[in-house]
Amino acid sequence: MNDVILQLDSISKSFDGKMVIDNLDLEIKRNEFVTLLGPSGCGKSTTLRIIGGFAKPDTGRVLFNGKDITNLSPDKRNINTVFQKYSLFPHMTVEENIAFGLKLKHKSAQYIKDKIAYALKLVNMDHYGKRRPESLSGGQQQRVAIARAIVNEPDILLLDEPLGALDLKLRHSMQRELIKIKQEVGITFVYVTHDQEEALTMSDRIVVMNKGIIQQMGTSKSIYDEPQNAFVADFIGDSNIIDGVMVMDRLVEIQGTRIPCVDEGFGTNELVDVVIRPEDLKIVDAEKGYLKGMVVSIIFKGAYYEIKVRVQDYEWSIQSVNPATIGATVGLTILPENIQIMHKPLSVDAEVVKEDE
Amino acid sequence: MNKRTWLSFPYVLWIIGFTVIPLIVIFRYAFTTGDGGFTLENILTIFDPIHFKALVFSLEIAVGCTLICIILSYPLVLAMRRLKMGKSGVALFIIILPMWMNSILRIMAWQMILSPNGILNLILEKLGMKPLSIANTATAIMIGVVYDYLPYMILPVYNAVAEINEDIIEAAKDLGAGSITTFFKVILPLSMPGLLSGIVMVFVPSMTSFVVSDVLGGGKLQLVGNIIEQEFTKSANWNLGSGLSVFLMVFVMISMAFTLKNDVDGKESTVW
Repeated sequence: MNDVILQLDSISKSFDGKMVIDNLDLEIKRNEFVTLLGPSGCGKSTTLRIIGGFAKPDTGRVLFNGKDITNLSPDKRNINTVFQKYSLFPHMTVEENIAFGLKLKHKSAQYIKDKIAYALKLVNMDHYGKRRPESLSGGQQQRVAIARAIVNEPDILLLDEPLGALDLKLRHSMQRELIKIKQEVGITFVYVTHDQEEALTMSDRIVVMNKGIIQQMGTSKSIYDEPQNAFVADFIGDSNIIDGVMVMDRLVEIQGTRIPCVDEGFGTNELVDVVIRPEDLKIVDAEKGYLKGMVVSIIFKGAYYEIKVRVQDYEWSIQSVNPATIGATVGLTILPENIQIMHKPLSVDAEVVKEDE
Repeated sequence: MNKRTWLSFPYVLWIIGFTVIPLIVIFRYAFTTGDGGFTLENILTIFDPIHFKALVFSLEIAVGCTLICIILSYPLVLAMRRLKMGKSGVALFIIILPMWMNSILRIMAWQMILSPNGILNLILEKLGMKPLSIANTATAIMIGVVYDYLPYMILPVYNAVAEINEDIIEAAKDLGAGSITTFFKVILPLSMPGLLSGIVMVFVPSMTSFVVSDVLGGGKLQLVGNIIEQEFTKSANWNLGSGLSVFLMVFVMISMAFTLKNDVDGKESTVW
């Protein structure tokens, strides 16, 4: 049996002449936790709405188990959605909300009762069945929304920034719970978020999007360790991104200094983007590093210090467990395998976009 | 005493002068005979066959008008919901526009349209169809009151429906509800407050109106309003007119109390 449950085939969509999704191809496997990650306006939510049937692509097809469902309305798809704003029915109790989909499917009263009990337990909301949505906190409402979607046993569960409106601590515990729920029910999850940490924590596979184009697809680790372009590097975690010249295989020149790396296959003297994670840079004595600069700021972050070191006209960001003295001249060193070399983007679409979230 | 209490004096005067005193006067007339003695005659005269027939007819017109207004409002309001901000404003403006025209004029226009040699029959004749005799029938009165009071239904219903979050409607579709199910299970219950105020605003004036039936009913079909009017003008029997007015007022208050009570109950009961 084919393992692909959902396939997006050359999907394009524009609103008021503005391209939101540009010829997107994506395959989602059965029982996978896929996250669409990107800044606001990158097309991730529209992609989710196209999967759910709330938006129609201008061109392209949506295939579900190999069948074309592009023109099928949302109520006829065995796909359920957890919305960002919970969207519970305010005129119904928690139980009635959860029963909504089951009653439409004419399930027996006993079946519905059992399902409600099961779902409320799954999301840790037993005893809340008779309550009204407005009497619940945001986190509780989102749990009910998850229960309401899951009882229908959809083939795919779509989650549109479901934790976006919750505070940080609650978000973390909900992330763990979502993973637990996913394992329990064994449904394919398609998750949309702009929070890279959330994506890295939960996903089997991350699809990084920007300007309606998939920038990179892969596991959390491969996205974090080997970003394929400056956008991904910048968007996933903190990064130092600086221009460099690939002098030859395994040797890159940054700020006039030649530093050994592990990358091969670039052209001689090719201009490249160099990405170095803040935690990979080490502060050493001024003369012992590849680069020499002055400490301009230091912020205590709990588990580490965030230190900025100015080298020529670039401020390097460094995470270190040891403090440094502001104004001191220090050296920076890095292991060859921690340097990530990337081709310069060929088009403006792949250019780094910084968004104020 | 609050320093600004004196600001309410004009309103208190207004209420006393234009609500309390007239009510007292009407009640006094209603419960007295021409020479000042106490009586219930004026109230009980509603059970006189002619009066009772007019009451039943008024009720039929009011209930029918309210139902027709509800049925006409929702499709329009749902269509307006889909319009963009500016366009729905224009649509709403066009709907309200006739309300700003003199009401007698509006009804006279319908008389012109519906009369035997009117515009409607002229069009039917051109189309080769038989003329209709709608003028001076209950149908004509119904058309008149629906036309008159429809905006009072549309406005509150539109406000209630426009307030429903699109997410909630999408959630219903997402859970497998088609358009009709979504309407009855989500849109209708969530717009109930607007619908109820629409019902009050249409039912009460159509129950008590007399101008529409006077013009479009040709004076043959009488609503309670017409009888009351005649008691005050033609018969100059203020006691009887007041008695009928008091009965009508209490009747309307009781029926509205029932309608609104259902709303409060509805909030606690299930929608299924």
